[in-house]
Amino acid sequence: MSSYRWAAGYIDDGDRPKIVTSRFHLEDSYTLERYLATGGYQALRHALARTPAEVHDEVRGATVLGRGGAGFPAGTKWGLMPADKYPRYLVVNGDESEPGTYKDRLLMELDPHQLIEGSLIAAYAVGLAQVFLYIRGEMPLAHERVATALNEAYVAGYVGKNILGTDFSVDIVLHWGAGAYVVGEETALIESLEGKRGEPRLKPPYFPAAIGLYGQPTIVNNVETLSNLPWIMANGAAEYVRIGTETSPGTRMVAVSGHVERPGVFEIVNGTTTFRDLIYGDDFCRGIRNGNQLKAFVPGGGSAPWFTAEQLDLPFEGKLVGAAGSMLGSGAIMVMDHTTDIPAAALTLTRFYAHESCGQCTPCREGGTWLERVLQRVVDGRGTSADLAQMKEIGTSICPGEFPHASSSRHGLDATPFPYKMTTICFVGPSAYAPVHSALTLFPEEFAARVRDRVQIPVTAVQ
Amino acid sequence: MSRFNDDNLRLAKEIIGRYPKARSATIPLLHLAQQQEGHLSDEAMAHVAELVGATPAEVLGTASFYEMFKFEPVGRYLINICGTMSCALGGSDELLAHAEKVLGVKVGGTTADGLFTLERAECQAACTEAPNMQVNYRHCHRMTNELFDRLVDDLRSGRRDGDIPAHGTLARVRQQIPAERAVGPAALDDRGAPAWLPAKEVGG
Repeated sequence: MSSYRWAAGYIDDGDRPKIVTSRFHLEDSYTLERYLATGGYQALRHALARTPAEVHDEVRGATVLGRGGAGFPAGTKWGLMPADKYPRYLVVNGDESEPGTYKDRLLMELDPHQLIEGSLIAAYAVGLAQVFLYIRGEMPLAHERVATALNEAYVAGYVGKNILGTDFSVDIVLHWGAGAYVVGEETALIESLEGKRGEPRLKPPYFPAAIGLYGQPTIVNNVETLSNLPWIMANGAAEYVRIGTETSPGTRMVAVSGHVERPGVFEIVNGTTTFRDLIYGDDFCRGIRNGNQLKAFVPGGGSAPWFTAEQLDLPFEGKLVGAAGSMLGSGAIMVMDHTTDIPAAALTLTRFYAHESCGQCTPCREGGTWLERVLQRVVDGRGTSADLAQMKEIGTSICPGEFPHASSSRHGLDATPFPYKMTTICFVGPSAYAPVHSALTLFPEEFAARVRDRVQIPVTAVQ
Repeated sequence: MSRFNDDNLRLAKEIIGRYPKARSATIPLLHLAQQQEGHLSDEAMAHVAELVGATPAEVLGTASFYEMFKFEPVGRYLINICGTMSCALGGSDELLAHAEKVLGVKVGGTTADGLFTLERAECQAACTEAPNMQVNYRHCHRMTNELFDRLVDDLRSGRRDGDIPAHGTLARVRQQIPAERAVGPAALDDRGAPAWLPAKEVGG
């Protein structure tokens, strides 16, 4: 008798270095006992034996690219805080909700102490007065595991007053989200943590480093980013940069889902693994399901412009993928095989972003919803060719100018990464258009076939 | 319907005490109110407002932004079927249609016995396990029609009471900061560098 599955989707059966998932195979990976037995909190001891500036230098030297989506190096981000302004805060971004992405949830559920230790290292290095660990509301298991881990760590003296008998003291407060994708944007995260609606703040400043939580200097780091720090402190930045490439050192977690034989979450060597390896490799997804053909894939979370078989040999590396017109985002690949109804697939993403618009910016609030409705009409077979032009026009009002996309040889390697320009405060608006633009550009015939025979639509059908 | 009971009021004050500004506790307190009642009533939100030093309208403004807060009673079990790309590619539309048929309600509806509310949800961070759904935010991976039927049956008969609490209870473990270990919130008027940061290194 089969049962409903509750297990994680993490797969490790290849000979790959492990930095953040080294305990995932252990049944009790999330307990303090197991963490200590496998070298846990040794990195914190190493850090405390050095000066904060030395620890910061080590992290800067490792060039840990932020794993939340933007890929900004953590050590550099920390350095953006103005000198002499205190208190400073750290907000751990555990509000993972980009379509296709899940790694932070696994890191919180399966190795919460690693995240706590990483947060402590950050707090020590740059003098953070308090850490807020913001976990997405719809992840109760992550809450329970992190809460339990924090409770254990407090009692054992790893968190709180005079950590390990030193003058380093910091509280880590577990904070609950309540369901809003846009809160993953760091200034929206801060608004939410202040008890307000999760609406992104106007830029500049582009980073909350100077003016963040309560107007104070604030670092917002992703869960995976911080989970790398214990390994870096224990093994050194020099060892870290030996893994991966010069521009993308270390490893990173990638979720590959959709129409593949073996979907899974993998920790891969950064910058060298190609999309072909990930989708077809024996150590990874083992090809398209049922021996089908690949039609398209989303390379970096729901916001990313799509790729086709043409880009399979690109490595999973931020700069190269950016130059090819898309982005790695949060490390999520979604694969569509040849049976996929492309307009309907694009609709599942556009609906997501339209639904998640916070409503501040008119182009996103109105445009996203409009895009969704027009696309729904096309998918339902009630669209006209004018609808296709309409969608491009709406998209242009959110992202003016030429929208970069993967398949365009005109752009070559000089293409501007997504998005080129936008009329909104944050990326939610452009993200609603990205799937529509990719689908329309890569598969115009599927849209043409949908609207071809429909000359006039009944008035009652117009929404 | 109700303000915080004594236990929850104590808990609410403890949570507020962890933040430099009380208003930061708004969302955690709204979750606590929802845990007590299953949804958020005007009176509960007014109590939260009183505790965090905001107006009831400000608290409603915050609460109404977030998907998880419900202003009307929902079923004991909130069933969220993911409809975003990977789950859609894995057949979530068919699962949703099946769920509507089995429960006899449309999306957004609650069964007459008050047990189930059905919703279509967005990405639940389990994309390799399509189609995925959640019951009171507990993940159910790779669902089929048969597994859905069995789950509903198990929930009806109380066989899942041990691991799926009623709607409103988010996590069964709460953070507890022992008083003797607590540093306390970093007050905004405390402008000095932390003790462990040597003065010469200020600015990092």
